[in-house]
Amino acid sequence: MNWLTGVILALFFGLLIYAESDLPDSRAVTAPARARVVDLYIERSYPDTRTPNIVTSVLADYRGYDTLGETVVILTAGLAVSLILPRNSRRG
Amino acid sequence: MRGRLHNPIVEGVSSFLVPFIQIFALYVITHGHYGPGGGFQGGVILAASMMLLRLTLGEEYEHRTFSPKLAGIVAAVGILIYAFAGLVPLAWGGNFLDYAHLPIPGLSSAELRYHGILIVETGVGMVVWGTLVTLFDHLIGSEP
Amino acid sequence: MMRFAMNYYDLMTAALLVIGLYGMVGKRNLLKKVIGMNIFQTAIFLFFIQAGTKPGATVPVWDPRIASEAAGYINPLPHVLILTAIVVSVATTGVALALLITIYRRYGSLEEATILERMRKSS
Repeated sequence: MNWLTGVILALFFGLLIYAESDLPDSRAVTAPARARVVDLYIERSYPDTRTPNIVTSVLADYRGYDTLGETVVILTAGLAVSLILPRNSRRG
Repeated sequence: MRGRLHNPIVEGVSSFLVPFIQIFALYVITHGHYGPGGGFQGGVILAASMMLLRLTLGEEYEHRTFSPKLAGIVAAVGILIYAFAGLVPLAWGGNFLDYAHLPIPGLSSAELRYHGILIVETGVGMVVWGTLVTLFDHLIGSEP
Repeated sequence: MMRFAMNYYDLMTAALLVIGLYGMVGKRNLLKKVIGMNIFQTAIFLFFIQAGTKPGATVPVWDPRIASEAAGYINPLPHVLILTAIVVSVATTGVALALLITIYRRYGSLEEATILERMRKSS
């Protein structure tokens, strides 16, 4: 590891430590770190969708459009791999 | 990856375990409403069972039961299920991906959303399953 | 003014980020760069998940026998984001490995210097 890599890593580490002092004081605070909408999601998940698992109801119902886009991303990755590496070009 | 291992212990144990792994994967997909789980996790476990068979029993045996073309078809059908669960409510007076307007008779709005989430999670599980098996076949697989 | 009483989790996240960045920048083998990218992504997942917890709260599965108000559950939104990010990371690693296999078949090596020299010789 030459000196330029070491300088870059040390600068990056110092930047992370400096930025950490701006994070909220503790992880346990509820007001600034939680958006207004999280309490709505937790309280209205069971009456609206009868699903006890709040993560699934947020992922598939309240934010279902993002999940559709992300599923297309996975499909695109599979398509890209099947185009880069065709299966009949193995032994050669 | 270049044929069977010809080791009876490994072949016997893995072909005994694979149905239980697949049943557990179906359990994880359908019980995503009540505990941790859902479509992504169940799809990965299903793909892992296929990879176990391809690693231990050899390529020729596995391609007869779940061929790479079938993996691509499963992934495409999964995303079509998701898209239709979004488009069908448009014809019945709702918005896109609004499960409360799905045309299943005799259920209240909350139960319609429950079934809409189940349909969508099944679609996502199929997409992840098909794509991971395709990735495995193209990166590691050998000629049929 | 910087606080020197650092949170333990932030120090661990920063250490993992630096290790991942060293893998991506300081190593010359292409496969080690891909592994460094994976370590970097794992550090980000850990940071998001531990930033959303709070003491005295339970997992975000609605159970009226344990907690019946919104303050008794941890924040479910980071979990949703990280689910998406994990699957995107798997897809990215798959495509990166496919590209590495193509490069190896074309140039016969995975070292940066050897590949650059063979590219210059063949052009």
